[in-house]
This record gives sequence, C-alpha cells and structure tokens, in this order.
Amino acid sequence: MTDEQIKEKILKILPEVEIPEGKPTLTVIVPPDKLFTLAKELKESPDTSFDYLICLTGVDYGKSMSVFYHITSTKFNHTIILKTSTQNRETPAFDSVYSIWKTAEYHEREAYDLLGITFNNHPDLRRMFLDEDWVGHPLRKDYSDPINIVER
Amino acid sequence: MAEILEVKDIAQQEYLINMGPQHPSTHGVMRLVVSLNGEIVKNVQPHCGYIHRGIEKMCEKLTYPQIIHLTDRMDYLSAHMNNASVCLTVEKALGIEIPERVKYIRTIMDELQRIASHQLWWCAFGMDLGGLTCFFYGLRDREPILDIFEESTGSRLIQSYYTPGGLMNDIHPDFQKKVKEFIKYFRKILPEYDQLLTGNVIFQERTKGIGILSKEEAINRGLTGPSGRGSGFACDVRKRAPYHLYDKVDFKECLYEEGDTFARYKVRIDEMWESMKIIEQLIDNIPEGDYTAKMKAVIKLPEGEFFQRVETARGELICFIVSDGNKNPLRVKFRSPNLINLASLNVMSKDFKIADLVAISGSLDLVIPCMDR
Repeated sequence: MTDEQIKEKILKILPEVEIPEGKPTLTVIVPPDKLFTLAKELKESPDTSFDYLICLTGVDYGKSMSVFYHITSTKFNHTIILKTSTQNRETPAFDSVYSIWKTAEYHEREAYDLLGITFNNHPDLRRMFLDEDWVGHPLRKDYSDPINIVER
Repeated sequence: MAEILEVKDIAQQEYLINMGPQHPSTHGVMRLVVSLNGEIVKNVQPHCGYIHRGIEKMCEKLTYPQIIHLTDRMDYLSAHMNNASVCLTVEKALGIEIPERVKYIRTIMDELQRIASHQLWWCAFGMDLGGLTCFFYGLRDREPILDIFEESTGSRLIQSYYTPGGLMNDIHPDFQKKVKEFIKYFRKILPEYDQLLTGNVIFQERTKGIGILSKEEAINRGLTGPSGRGSGFACDVRKRAPYHLYDKVDFKECLYEEGDTFARYKVRIDEMWESMKIIEQLIDNIPEGDYTAKMKAVIKLPEGEFFQRVETARGELICFIVSDGNKNPLRVKFRSPNLINLASLNVMSKDFKIADLVAISGSLDLVIPCMDR
C-alpha cells in the first residue's frame, strides 16, 4: 500500500487522528486511549498487516511525554510511525502493546526504567538497567544527579 | 529438626542458579537467573545494566559529530555500522548528497567489519562448545582485517571513521591491494572453518534441533540479524530498506527455515561468503573524488524526528533522533539489536538442558555493551 492508501485506511478506522504534512515517514498522531485499538486493527487487517514493531521510543519534551512506535510490515514492506502524547508528565500512562507485538516487552520496560512511563497491562513492568531502589528516571529532562552529571 | 526431603521430592523441585555476571559463556557482564528442574531449563530471566553508561543521556548534551564517538562504544564489533547509523540520520535530515567515493568506502568498510565480527563470533562459539582450535583460527584470520582498519582509520577496534557528510580521512594508498589480498586469502581459508567445525558430529549433535524459534514468533519478538534469518524471517535491512550502495550490488539474503542453533550458525558462515562477494564487486571501482562533503562547522538539524535503519553484524540498529532545532539533539534512541534478541532467549531455551543454554545464547551472538548502552 502507498502512504496515501494507508492514510485513508487509518482515517477510516479512526477519524480523530492527526496526520501532519511534510514528514519524511508517514507519522500518525493518535490519542493515547485509542492507540491500542488502532494498532491492533493495523496489525490484524490483511491489507496493512503491520506485524513487526521495529522500535518503541519514549520522549520527554519537557512539557509533555510522548511515545513513538515505528511499525513495518514484513509482507508489504511499508513503514509508518505512530505517535501518542500525554500532558500528564508526572505520571504518564499508556496501554501496553505487548499483546499485539511481544517485542514491546523490553522496549516498554526500558521506557519505564529511564523515563518513568507506565504501560497498563504489561506482564512484567520492572526496571531494565537500574536497580529497583533507584530514585528518579534519568532520561527525564528535569532529572538531576549532582555527583554523576557534570553541568557545563 | 529439619524435615528430611525424599529423593523424589528434590527431583521435582525447581531451583534457581545464577549464570553470570562473570561467566565465560556470556562474553560480558550479563546475569542470567535460570530456573532449573533437574538440568532442564524452565525459565531464564536476564538481568542487564551492569555496564549501563547512559549513552542516550550523554548524547543530549553533545553535538552530532561528538555523538559518533560514543556509538563505537555500544556494539564494539560493529563500530562502522554504528557510526553509519548516526551519520546517515544526520545526512538524511539535512538532505546532504554525499560523494560516490564515500558510499563505496563505507560499504566496503561495513562488509569488512561484518566479516571480522562473524569471525570473532565463530571462534568464540566454537570455544563455548569445546572446540578450542576454532579460537586460534578465527583470531588469526581476523588480524588482517584489523590491520587494514588500522592503516586507513588509525585504530583497530573503535575507529570513529565516519563523520556526518563523509569520512574522517581518506583511505590508505595500499587499501585496495590489502583488501584484495585478504579476500584471496580468506576465500581459500573459509572452507577450513567448515572442515573444522560445521561437519563435526559432536558439534552437530549439540546444535541441530536445539533452541528452535518459529518464523511467526521471530517476527513477533523482533528477532533480527542472522539469528532472525535462521528462523526464516527476511529481516535484512540491506535488502528491505537499502542504504549505502546495497541496492546496486548483487548479493543473496541468507535464509534458513529450521530456526535452530545450527541454522543461525549456517547463516553467519554464508554471510561471510556474501560479504566477500559484495567487497569484490566494489573494490576495483572506487571512484576518485572527495572523501567528505562540504559541511557547516556547527551542524544543526531542523526540527522534527529522523530515523535510519542499519544492519549491523547482529541485527537491526535504529538511530532515532528527535531534534528541536539546536546543535544538540532533544532525544536520541538507539534500538539495540542485542537487547531485543535477548528477549527471545527465554522462549528458545525452555525445556532444553542447561548445557544447551550456552549454545543457544552463543548462537545469538550477544554483545553486552550494546545491550546496556
């Protein structure tokens, strides 16, 4: 499917999504509570068949918290990016996509560890790299560690 | 008085043992907590983070040319490809057209690096399974590649050779001669690897039918690189989303359907042949020209998100940069192929013996610094 066809298809499934123009890869901005439904539909529908989650990235913008999903189809080889954001920066929570793509397990654990993003319905949400008793989430913009991080 | 357990009770009890953090078969500081029933593996719980250096956090304070030097330290056996991921992302974001000469050299360097990485994997894997001679064979043949790297880039392991827009410096005048000599030598020597290890009955007994992962499971769990291709998952980024000159050269994507440890082994041996084929097609045709495009002194990326998929020796690496228009990125994410491949270890090793766990984790070819970043 071409980008245009995918765009049409997504707008048919979920009319409230926002698709910004001029991005190098088709990017779809989805409301957080609708992401799971859309992702499931995109994977299971035979003409899109997005069966491989390449990468899941949490981003702290300072005012909001976002998660990017790079997904591709091994059958048709088309790639798109799903983006979802929340204004609740202190306790951000999204639905886990583990039941759709199992590879999300480690990606989500990493995002939880370093950014403090909670994923609902994740089977085993623990810290990935840091100790269980670590205070704070290092990749957040306001994280401070006067001993280990030298400000220049 | 403590209750005395009957022998049959003990046999049915699951118990935990620690493999690592210092264990010869993990090839780095990684800890596997293994649930055992007798010697049958029931569950493997990896614990990583022992050498977590916070590279992604450090990147947020550095400029783009500085970031390159950190990426070498992730997957140190695929240093060139790691550099390429950042360089290609920056070039894509700025819309820079890089000289043809750079593309040729980058492709050749990447493939040399892939051969060197697979050689080291081959010798370490052979040693894990008890074939000590493999270790000497592999390291002996890796040496000429490191010499070629040293001549052109100045260092042997972590080269930092690529820069946004081109290369750090031009190749050494002897580069083409040395590479051709190496290819000639290695074409003769690679069949020895098969004679020594591939055909060995003990080796085959220990790898065939061990640690099977189906194609559907491999796609769902994101198992990429030679490990994924051993399960029949056509995940080679060089074919799926070509970069460098991979759309112009002729090579085969090595796929096996079995999904066991032996299939993952065979993919890597075949890839060494394919890499040599790629280098041979390019080495005589390197065009004259600049080794770098003209770049501004301070590189600022436009606002937005940019990513580039790169095939390292272990799987699919993604460099994802979120920029707010400054000279530092807002966020950099590296999708570590090792970390995601590790997630499949639990499924692969379930109901196999503890000795097979060494073979299975060896066949995934894990590099721990890439995992922890």
